Amino acid sequence: MIPGVDGFMYPNEVELQWSILIVLYPFITGLVAGAFILASLERVFKVEAVKPTYRLALLTALSFLLVAPLPLQLHLGHPERSFEMYLTPHTSSAMAMFGFVYLWYLTVVLLLEIWLDYRADIVRMSQTTTGITRLIYKTLTLGSDNVSPAALRIDDKVGYVITVIGIPSAFMLHGYVGFIFGSIKANPWWSSPLMPVVFLFSAMVSGIAAVLLLYMAAMKIKKLPIDMRCIDTISKYMFYTFVIDFTLEMLDLVHRTYEADESFRSLDFMVHTRLWGSHVLLQIVAGTAVPLILLAATQLRRFSEAARKVIYVIACSLTLIGIFAMRWNVVIGGQLFSKSFLGYTTYKMDLVTREGLLPAIALMLLPFPIFFVLIKLLPPWRHNEASGD
Amino acid sequence: MRSSLRDAGHLIRPAVLLVVGLAVFLVIRAAVVPKSFGTYGHYRAAFLDTARAKPIHYAGQDVCVSCHDAEATMRAAGKHAKVACEACHGPQAQHADDPSALKPKLPDVATLCARCHEKDPAKPKTFPQVVTAEHSGGMACNDCHKPHNPHL
Amino acid sequence: MEMTRRDLFRIGGKLLVLASAGATLEQITGAEPAPEAYRMADHWWGMIIDIDKCIGCGSCVRACSNENQVPTGYFRTWVERYEVPEGYGNPIVTSPDGAINGFPLPKPTNLKAFFVPKLCNHCADSPCTQVCPVGATFVSPDGVVLVDKEYCLGCRYCVQACPYGCRYLHPETETVDKCTLCYHRITKGLTTACCENCPTQARQLVDFKNPKDPVHEFLRNNKVSVLKPQMATEAKVYYKDLDGAVR
Repeated sequence: MIPGVDGFMYPNEVELQWSILIVLYPFITGLVAGAFILASLERVFKVEAVKPTYRLALLTALSFLLVAPLPLQLHLGHPERSFEMYLTPHTSSAMAMFGFVYLWYLTVVLLLEIWLDYRADIVRMSQTTTGITRLIYKTLTLGSDNVSPAALRIDDKVGYVITVIGIPSAFMLHGYVGFIFGSIKANPWWSSPLMPVVFLFSAMVSGIAAVLLLYMAAMKIKKLPIDMRCIDTISKYMFYTFVIDFTLEMLDLVHRTYEADESFRSLDFMVHTRLWGSHVLLQIVAGTAVPLILLAATQLRRFSEAARKVIYVIACSLTLIGIFAMRWNVVIGGQLFSKSFLGYTTYKMDLVTREGLLPAIALMLLPFPIFFVLIKLLPPWRHNEASGD
Repeated sequence: MRSSLRDAGHLIRPAVLLVVGLAVFLVIRAAVVPKSFGTYGHYRAAFLDTARAKPIHYAGQDVCVSCHDAEATMRAAGKHAKVACEACHGPQAQHADDPSALKPKLPDVATLCARCHEKDPAKPKTFPQVVTAEHSGGMACNDCHKPHNPHL
Repeated sequence: MEMTRRDLFRIGGKLLVLASAGATLEQITGAEPAPEAYRMADHWWGMIIDIDKCIGCGSCVRACSNENQVPTGYFRTWVERYEVPEGYGNPIVTSPDGAINGFPLPKPTNLKAFFVPKLCNHCADSPCTQVCPVGATFVSPDGVVLVDKEYCLGCRYCVQACPYGCRYLHPETETVDKCTLCYHRITKGLTTACCENCPTQARQLVDFKNPKDPVHEFLRNNKVSVLKPQMATEAKVYYKDLDGAVR
């Protein structure tokens, strides 16, 4: 009897191959995609109300995008060979193609858009600061100090185009991650055309929730007033997106249960036993149903400002936990059952090994100091807004 | 016209950065990608030679037979005619290369014989199998059966 | 002296003739490369397994482990023991340590029972090589699925993509490892370690491109199947008399 194994598993299946680091990765890229979509709401869809969060969303996206490859690097048996994905990418591999999607998104979409939006401030700060800071800003100007109204108008137009391109790019960024799982015919828990779509919508929900929380926290710390119209609008969009996400996940569930193919009994048993806590309690009840009810309540009834703030904080926090649980259930859940449909194994997560819990927590926290540095370097608040300083 | 170009001039800089980055990447790529990559398909063809050069541990019964005439003849006359020598004696390629240097250890009879001949309903009905506990009254298998020709 | 265009052409033409003559000479008199004894294009490898002959002794598993230095606890090949009830209930399947020491004393049973040896199916349309991001795992021109351990990143995408569970991460090299169909043996005219040591010849290496190979008769005269045919991987390990209950 193998410890942790119930029933029969193919001998090589007992040990899980993809650990919590691989759970972290889609969660992080999901936040990136979601934050960017929120930013594009203002830029492209002219939703004026969310403008206060525009720059914040971009910086959030960048902080998380910079950290995103790190769990992957830590997971690889040979991270020193990871550049091979760019040197000899296998075009039939979604993972290989993703390397280019990531690079495209980082450089042409995110960095370029941030540069264009901040250029006036960067040029001004390269002229007003001193010492090393001045050097940094001077480098960021890329040698141009043209901030004439005409130049800034051009920046705005180009930035608009980039945001428009950025929306399908953000869809690709996270849809691809969904496809990496969804295209594996060997694994019936993963293999589904719905997978990229479900991943994308849950990413949008998590990204929007993250930006909302960060905005409220930032305003609190800076002792600035929270723009209620802004967060009311954001939570409205979060609600709509969440409804779509929930519908898609329910569709997957209903379809599986109805068709009841050869994998169904084994997967059903797994959800009721090994995944009961993470799937039913954490993802569905606490992470989806409760936030949906809370958000629906705010749409149906007028709560006080204070009450709404509390509801949003609770709803967003639960949402983030729920979306993380969803990534866990997909990645870990997909490896807990045997492809013979005759057995189950257990995920042994260590604490301090390369793929253990502590490195995972450290990586999850890493975007925040990066975010802190970014908002110090590129303050999201316009020059005349930061009157509280 | 010239003024609008001047106002858009700063856009050249990130474009140049991108192009330079691409150029650097292509140079690195040309230098670093293994030469044999892509010869037969999307892989390093040179690896096929590495894969073929791995050391051999099982010599194969033809090699054993070429020296061990007596045992080979005995085997050929009995029910173990098709059982490879190394299936019982373990990998002997090193011994075949240098016979005096490495003498194979004789396997533990009880475990060895039982692996094949212990009665199991999953084994084909026509295959000779016994319940060893009841079969030999505690005697070793080779007290009665000669392994190379087990017929009694 | 003034060079006219005609002069240039004349000189250039002479040089060209000289150069090509020299190259041809080199071709004719230069040492020819020794002809390769093993030509990949002449072979298309696979395996046939006769379920009715397998006695579950585990000799194949031991042989493979010794031949290929397979790390303990991981399996390039293994044997499963099935007990199949009537109807649609699940079969009872065991594979203690991959059957490297055979199977323990069985409990008496009335159920239909048999052994199933398994290994990498060296699929012609393999889902594992499809997903490799860098081209570290591939199907060789002679039909063997190999893993280049100098190139593999250890991302384990291929392990996830294999429907048969035949891949694992080698704990020492931290690259993916699996059955190589004893490529180092079969390219030298030997058979695989598992087939060599199978006492009942339940497993046999086959070469589809060899017109005299027993595989052609085997496939024509018997009811054969591959594992998980619905996966459409073009598996090249064929089983004779494989029961429908086999997973």
